[in-house]
Amino acid sequence: MEQNDSTKQVAAIKNGTVIDHIPPEHLFKIIDILEIGDMDNTVTIGYRLPSGKMGRKGMIKIFDKTEFDQTALEKAALLAPNATVNKIIDYKVSLDKDENGGKPCLPLPEKELRNIVKCTNPRCITNNEPMPTLFTWVDRGDWTIKCEYCGRKIKKENFELK
Amino acid sequence: MGKKSLVSIDECSKEYILEILDCARRFEQEPNRKLLEGKVVATLFFEPSTRTRLSFETAVNRLGGRVIGFQDASTTSSTKGETLRDTILMVNNYADLIIMRHYLEGAAKYASEILSIPEFSRGVPVINAGDGANQHPSQTLLDIYSIWKTQGKLTDQVVTIVGDLKYGRAVHSLIAGLWHFNPTFHFIAPNELKLPDEQKSFCDEKGIQYYEHTEFTEEIINRSDILYMTRIQRERFTDMEVYERVKNVYVLKLDMLNGSKDNLRILHPLPRVTEIASDVDSSPKAYFIHQAGNGIFIRQAILCKALGINA
Repeated sequence: MEQNDSTKQVAAIKNGTVIDHIPPEHLFKIIDILEIGDMDNTVTIGYRLPSGKMGRKGMIKIFDKTEFDQTALEKAALLAPNATVNKIIDYKVSLDKDENGGKPCLPLPEKELRNIVKCTNPRCITNNEPMPTLFTWVDRGDWTIKCEYCGRKIKKENFELK
Repeated sequence: MGKKSLVSIDECSKEYILEILDCARRFEQEPNRKLLEGKVVATLFFEPSTRTRLSFETAVNRLGGRVIGFQDASTTSSTKGETLRDTILMVNNYADLIIMRHYLEGAAKYASEILSIPEFSRGVPVINAGDGANQHPSQTLLDIYSIWKTQGKLTDQVVTIVGDLKYGRAVHSLIAGLWHFNPTFHFIAPNELKLPDEQKSFCDEKGIQYYEHTEFTEEIINRSDILYMTRIQRERFTDMEVYERVKNVYVLKLDMLNGSKDNLRILHPLPRVTEIASDVDSSPKAYFIHQAGNGIFIRQAILCKALGINA
């Protein structure tokens, strides 16, 4: 059922991008992060759509746009690491696959998180100067990052996006 | 030799540490050398300091350099809202080297990044003289120098660290600086102030032997080459009840040294409060005042290294 719906949804767009399987609670935040409201493109937004895997999901279809700011995509990935990104070219889903051969997901930052997350340490220089933050992964498995300025380690549940 | 900032002890290789120690020893033998003649050094102290500022300024003066700067941020444009970036870029026009203490953690790293942008900078290096609770590398280097000088070597030392192991940046940095030399650590702290997991994981990763204790016993002192006492830092506590409970938990008294090794030396990053009784001062094993004096030679070495001067 979901497959048929997705096929229909994809089929309806000639060129563009479909971001699917977004947790509904993060949908509007991701719309903000990707600055979709500022685009001139046609956009279809699905909120709390039925999903076999997730129960309910969000989905965004952006017409005639396949390139996005990498930092924005990485920021969105922190909220929705399992959301899939399908590029549609001439009604066909681009054949990009992730490293396991599955559908490509929003890209998590590889090594460093540059100006994506705020430091939770109020005495960190990044919270007191007009400057970007910089974190590196301590452990990608349990989503722990470390501020490269003050050394504070932060776990996923305490991530606050910039 | 190129110019190089000193921001963190973590970035100091074993070779760098050994070079600094050798250089400091030469300065101890001959402290007045005009190696900084014609150089201007800026000391930017955004928070108060006694030993660190005075020893850096003494080091510059003994090397024939000139010092500009401030010791109270309330007299600077930062009170008007000037960013640290602008302050640093401005001082970059005036000085050949910046020594900075700041209450914000990561400030020195940020300053060194600003000064590495070729469009803005004259390539002025920054020495971190303490950034909040984060790093204070010149303190660590003088601690290591004191161990080297008193023990005649750095390898295989049994180092007992007592007091505030949770918040004490000197403790964390000492562990990071000494790991190159195969130490064995005894960590003595109340449960409220025990060494954080991060430092214990560091020891595990590096294969460093360590033991944790809550009791400060003569038996542990007797096994030690270095006894590193620390102050329980009142300013780090949000719960004063906890502070009151732990503030006098460990006090080193002279008679506790009766069975200690001849080579034992007592270090303390200072200031001390009650953790070392005054009768200990008369012991030849009390080294903490000499330790602070070593700060001048170590800082002379750090200054020259940062400026790429062969000393």
